Amino acid sequence: MSVVDYGYAVWAPLIWIVALIVIGVMVLIWRNRGQKDYKKGTAQTDIFLSGAKVPPEEQRHVKSENIYWGFFESLKDLYGAMMRPHTGIVSDYLLWFVVILAIIIPILVGAG
Amino acid sequence: MDFLTTNSPALIVALPLFAAFAIPLISRAGERTRNTFSLVIFGLISFLVAILAVNVHSVGIRVYTFGATAAQMALPHGYMVPVRIMFEVDGMSMFMGIIVTTVALAALIYSLQFMKGRTGQARFYSLMMLLYAGMMGLAFTGDMFNLFVFLEIASIAGAALAAYRTNMADAVEGGFKYIVISAVSALLVLFAIGILYAQYDVLSIAALAHFMQYTPLDMIALALLVGALVMKLAGVPLHMWAPDTYTVAPAGTTPMILAASYISMYALYRVTFTMYGGLINTTAIGWVVIIVGVLSMFVGVMMAVHQTDIKRMMAYHAVSQGGYMLLGVGVCLAVITDPAALASYGRDAMNGGIFHIINHVFYKALLFMTAEAIFFRIGTRDTNKMGGLARNMKWTAGFYIIGALAISGIPPFNGFASKLLIYESVLKFSPVLSVIAMFVSLVTLASFAKVFYSAFTGPPMPAYEGVKEVPKSMIVGMSILAVLIIFFGLFPGLIVDTIVAPATNALIDQASYINAVMGAVP
Repeated sequence: MSVVDYGYAVWAPLIWIVALIVIGVMVLIWRNRGQKDYKKGTAQTDIFLSGAKVPPEEQRHVKSENIYWGFFESLKDLYGAMMRPHTGIVSDYLLWFVVILAIIIPILVGAG
Repeated sequence: MDFLTTNSPALIVALPLFAAFAIPLISRAGERTRNTFSLVIFGLISFLVAILAVNVHSVGIRVYTFGATAAQMALPHGYMVPVRIMFEVDGMSMFMGIIVTTVALAALIYSLQFMKGRTGQARFYSLMMLLYAGMMGLAFTGDMFNLFVFLEIASIAGAALAAYRTNMADAVEGGFKYIVISAVSALLVLFAIGILYAQYDVLSIAALAHFMQYTPLDMIALALLVGALVMKLAGVPLHMWAPDTYTVAPAGTTPMILAASYISMYALYRVTFTMYGGLINTTAIGWVVIIVGVLSMFVGVMMAVHQTDIKRMMAYHAVSQGGYMLLGVGVCLAVITDPAALASYGRDAMNGGIFHIINHVFYKALLFMTAEAIFFRIGTRDTNKMGGLARNMKWTAGFYIIGALAISGIPPFNGFASKLLIYESVLKFSPVLSVIAMFVSLVTLASFAKVFYSAFTGPPMPAYEGVKEVPKSMIVGMSILAVLIIFFGLFPGLIVDTIVAPATNALIDQASYINAVMGAVP
């Protein structure tokens, strides 16, 4: 019931979960062997920003448009090309439809 | 019970149609009466779908002929061709029926509290019932003209629901775009039907498949059908309407409009596999489907990761995930005439593509509901303005995590099960395609991690201090889908064996579909 077996690969989620639980327990045991002698609420647990002043809580939030900046900056040409057809104008969408039909019809008629 | 079993295909479409017209009248008795009526009717419909699913699984293809002496009598006495309106329910139709019914039930329960206090609720629930009736009719229909009729019913109801929030300009624009592309697609479908009718004088899908000679006119009809249905299912490069429409549709309706796109995908498969079958150049058409699939996956996910509107991001992901389905089924279509390849990986690719439909509809519906839950509480979809919501909206955050991990293909959720099938089978066909599919999954995970980080984690925002969790009915609606996602993830073998494999077999086995109607006609 749980296993998907198609000859060249097997996926058994229940066994995977058991394995995950075993690994999780091992991780917890190792973690509990770590250092316990730090003091909460002291400089030991304060945020450290390479010595820079830590902004107040309400200014610490990273906006979603700033995440993955490097990825978008390096692919800005690709994004420029992809964004251009997305005009938001419905007649442009229909023009794409006409173009695709003009491509599909000869392919299907020619392929026979 | 026999009456219900025999007439279930008709009742499943007739009941929501009746409810759609009755709801405005019943609404006069009060909101609670209307909501109770909607739930009771839908409970009854769900029961009928369950009966029919068991019946189709045990007996095989069910034919229901309207106006005949006996429901299963496809050919009138003395006739060689079917002439009456007919439903033909096989494994694939039932598969789509189960998907649509489950999503509609979750959406209905979710909407009970979401829509509370808004005006025009009678129209809202009426349109939901109409949309459901249109989708189920499309899934069950055995003739091309009713395929067009139900496509139009679903499109018009969907457009009206997308534009429901008339106080928002983008909602009206989204609804307008949906009706324009739907109208153009439906007209071209009608034109293709006209071409086929002019040649063969029949409209029944089984009869058309029986008489099909694949003339150049048939090829043009196929091209029109493929083009129109690819636009309806939002395949790249005909996908641009989808983010505009999915984003603005209110809570429970986005999953249903999404399901309507996959009903169009079902119609595409019905036309290519069943109606045209072995006559078409399956390699050429298979590769057309594969290319549309790969483009959809890549463009969809790259556009999605860039978005800052949470629902728009999810809408682009819907386009991307549709690509996985097209990829799996396209690979099967491309190798369908090669028995060794079909047995080795073709069927598995198809199983993966079809399994992904049900998985995707469930987790995407859940994700859309979490996005609308956020909008319900804080009044914005802009992820730049969100932050720290996991503190106050724990259930919503939990459901978002489940949906995000499922869509990214992380085990042990359902998305992993279908994506693994697709990766492994497509790898044997073309390793490059499999690598592209895996890359798209990585970027999918990245985009949902981005939104989770900015919307749910981080320091508490003063503007959202008083934000509470959403009402119970919305949590129940999301819970239904979350439980199904986890269940499908833990027991994929059961799902593949009981509903996916019969759907795959139904599509591949054209002869059974034809014989169920045409019988022993030479």
